[in-house]
Amino acid sequence: MSVTIDTVRRIAGLARIAITEEEAARLAPELGNILGFIEQLGEVDTAGVAPMTAVIPNHLRLRDDVVTDGGIRDAVLANAPQAEHGFFTVPKVIE
Amino acid sequence: MTELTDLGIAAIRDGVRAGDFSAREVAEAFVAAVAAAKPLNAFLVETPDHALAAADAADAARAAGEAPKAMAGVPIGMKDLFCTRGVPSTAASHILEGFTPQYESTVSQKLWDAGAGMLGKLNMDQFAMGSSNETSHFGNVVSPWRRSDGGNADLAPGGSSGGSSAAVAARIAPGATGTDTGGSIRQPAAFTGISGIKPTYGRCSRWGVIAFASSLDQAGPMARDVRDCAIMLEAMAGFDAKDATSLDVAVPQWEAGLNPSLKGKRVGIPKEYRVDGMPPEIEALWQQGIEWVRDAGAEVVEVSLPHTKYALPAYYIIAPAEASSNLARYDGVRYGLRDLPEGANLQEMYARTRAEGFGDEVKRRILIGTYVLSAGFYDAYYTQAQKVRALIAQDFDSAWEQCDVLLTPTAPSAAFALGEKNADPIAMYLNDVFTVPSSLAGLPAMSVPGGVDAGGLPLGLQIIGKALDEQGVLNAALAIEQRAGFVARPGRWW
Repeated sequence: MSVTIDTVRRIAGLARIAITEEEAARLAPELGNILGFIEQLGEVDTAGVAPMTAVIPNHLRLRDDVVTDGGIRDAVLANAPQAEHGFFTVPKVIE
Repeated sequence: MTELTDLGIAAIRDGVRAGDFSAREVAEAFVAAVAAAKPLNAFLVETPDHALAAADAADAARAAGEAPKAMAGVPIGMKDLFCTRGVPSTAASHILEGFTPQYESTVSQKLWDAGAGMLGKLNMDQFAMGSSNETSHFGNVVSPWRRSDGGNADLAPGGSSGGSSAAVAARIAPGATGTDTGGSIRQPAAFTGISGIKPTYGRCSRWGVIAFASSLDQAGPMARDVRDCAIMLEAMAGFDAKDATSLDVAVPQWEAGLNPSLKGKRVGIPKEYRVDGMPPEIEALWQQGIEWVRDAGAEVVEVSLPHTKYALPAYYIIAPAEASSNLARYDGVRYGLRDLPEGANLQEMYARTRAEGFGDEVKRRILIGTYVLSAGFYDAYYTQAQKVRALIAQDFDSAWEQCDVLLTPTAPSAAFALGEKNADPIAMYLNDVFTVPSSLAGLPAMSVPGGVDAGGLPLGLQIIGKALDEQGVLNAALAIEQRAGFVARPGRWW
């Protein structure tokens, strides 16, 4: 499996990870090797096999429709890189 | 009298109960041992006050005649993947450097409720991604073990729970929490001559455990022997409404149920685990293990798990796919690192923060995960992997018609030297060849020391059991432990 530098750039863009040209050039063969390794799965006959959805059979539970959390704004914001007036703050997104 | 730091969990618990020594004395001995073991780099944060406070509470409860708690007076190490209130929790990453949780993970809270105290937070592979501890942002853990050939090469403690394995093997903690996604409890336990069990998926709550691959991640204990693991697992396990995949089943009394007789039990030997290039010493240890379980009364049967060779490639689709989704939360907004160059917009802030905050292996897995989940590739990779995963689980179901537990080596080699395998990601991934299949099937599995190789390094045997049959796993491991008589320990050089 060969992965092009353009593909690496596109995937890194989707993953929101900035990469340099040098990194893209280094990652292309690395990712190609890993994808080559995992592509052997294609040889398994999975016709009629349902993909696994739960590793151990378990019933999803319903819980009472009541408020169980909240009122902890300061704790929620305590680790924010930047918080003002009780909000997370980010760079301006609307001109 | 033996040094207090030579004692395991059961011995400490029983000694404190009997008044042979105080919990305070035990905690002080381990706190001092941790402080003196900096060259191992096993702890990222030391929390002596937490350990001493828990010890004082245990001593006070005993003086007041209260019924003793299950782990009263036992100080432990906590893998840095568990969020601990008021104590930095980083998953050994740069992106979470400085993150101090405002809440406590369910598993750590259960341990404190059982009377245990915390010696500190243990180093690990970054976000639990790695098999050697070399992906930690804070430098790798060094195994306390050295080869007996006189070479002083620093060895890998295994990973990802390498701080946990090194701390227990070095006798600077009697027990430690680990987490296991594809072998991260069992492989480091094997590399350092200790015991560790990954319970059935859903036994231990994942709430407050920093997520790697949610359908695989399970917490478990790492300790000196099988009994200690049983005690600690009892304290860690149990239903938690805060984890949607938590199993609502009672926690058995595993310690009370320990029984080393395997009379009437059938132990399966999966023929596909006899992989090419397996060192003769591993093969010999496996044969020895077969003789031990036979000696314990078990009938040994050969079984087939035909899809074994596809477990690793399936794992390296599923785990990175889930990781790419889980790690999307690190965006520089709510917690952790933010890299915001002058004039940068929001999208640039995300991309710069993640470039700066994630290590190479984490980026590699996020990119693989993003690729296999991207439009046009999802069915070929992810859906196919989940189908193969279903076939792997069916293989185990078929095996259980012929046997009660499976016996295999834990890892394909003894501990390797640091730096020996990190140039080739796939060579590193192959370390998990024997541990990944049971992870994909959610089954309980345990590593127990079996012997040493020609270089004097520990080798582990793995027991895999049926879903929810931790007791069967622990009992088979105990039968091996009693026959292996493993007493080797690393000489202190640190």
